[in-house]
Amino acid sequence: MTTGKRKLLTVICEARLERRLTTDIMKLGAHGYTVSEARGQGSRGVRNAAWEASANIRLEVVCESAVAERIAAHLQAHYYDNYAMILYSSDVDVLRPEKF
Amino acid sequence: MPLEPVVLFFVLGLAAGLARADLKLPTALYDTLSIYLLLAIGLKGGVELARHPLIDVLPQAAAAVAVALIIPLAAFAVLRRLGHFSRADAASIAAHYGSVSVVTFAVGTSYLTRLAVPYEGYMVAFLALLEFPALLLGVVLARRSAAEARNGQGALGNRELLREVFLGKSVFLLVGGLLIGAYAGADGIKSISPLFVDPFKGVLALFLLEMGLVAAGRLGDLRRVGIFLLSFALITPLVAGTLGAVTGWAIGLSIGGTTLLAILYASASYIAAPAAMRTAVPEANPALSIGASLGVTFPFNLLVGIPLYHWLAVSLHTLGAAS
Repeated sequence: MTTGKRKLLTVICEARLERRLTTDIMKLGAHGYTVSEARGQGSRGVRNAAWEASANIRLEVVCESAVAERIAAHLQAHYYDNYAMILYSSDVDVLRPEKF
Repeated sequence: MPLEPVVLFFVLGLAAGLARADLKLPTALYDTLSIYLLLAIGLKGGVELARHPLIDVLPQAAAAVAVALIIPLAAFAVLRRLGHFSRADAASIAAHYGSVSVVTFAVGTSYLTRLAVPYEGYMVAFLALLEFPALLLGVVLARRSAAEARNGQGALGNRELLREVFLGKSVFLLVGGLLIGAYAGADGIKSISPLFVDPFKGVLALFLLEMGLVAAGRLGDLRRVGIFLLSFALITPLVAGTLGAVTGWAIGLSIGGTTLLAILYASASYIAAPAAMRTAVPEANPALSIGASLGVTFPFNLLVGIPLYHWLAVSLHTLGAAS
């Protein structure tokens, strides 16, 4: 089994940002992404998804570390100030590294 | 005056939220119900609109929209000067109050129907027309100058902004429903009326249950927003509702139509405005605008405002007839 090292970037943010974020990260060099609905609580209060204004998403991207850094810098510059958003990255082993 | 049964569902939701009852409606249901309500209201209004020549309706609508712009402008000035809110927060709250609440309007029509007060069915077109100007105005007020708005140097380009306002769920579905209803006419929508007309009040009741839960969740915000915004959220609908009643009477609407225009002016948006403001004016704190519009003004209008605006419309028409 041949595997390769890649970064898994996870962004948890307001659902309202989905369309803008997915457009941004594809432009920044990601080859794909996965979005799922999420709920939780943080510095901006409870985000319980009771209605659209309090809905969160979890956006996951597996990519090369240079791309992950570009995305992280872009999100921090454009969204961190005004939106509920956290971001973390981890190392992952992937099959078919050329896909990412 | 006994409360509208649908309003009691809102109270039930509010109680469940405050008592932390084990009740949570799935987000998908909220989405489905809101899509249903917007389409159903649009369809019904479209059918009525088709019955009236546009030439009669247009001058009334233009006057109603023009006068309504006073609301966000006055609200912005009050919030800035007296409330000392930041430019973004004042603009966002002003946009919420300048825009309208589709659900408050729906409860208003249901109130009038129960009292057998006739109203102009084309008021739904007013609802659609009153929804977006305040949102655009809010964005312009939030940006430092009109020049900046023209150049689109804010958080969002102008194209994105227009997309947000006109292709947002609520304006899009309402106008879409209006057009389909106007095209199809009363006979045309007969085949879909078992879904879109007959169960309307039941769906409205379910939606209000959900909104009660959501509103209960926003009450915590109110402790943070302070007494000024709380008073603003109670006084604004009264002032705006009076302006609406006078305007409706002046442009020759019936008592029912005058009541509905007062309700539209008094109501604050919590579907279209939060979506548009979150994207176009992200630096505004949504807890303030949503806490005020959904936590205070919406319940106030449901419980106290609607009967009050109706009384105001009746009084104005009686005075008008006497003089």
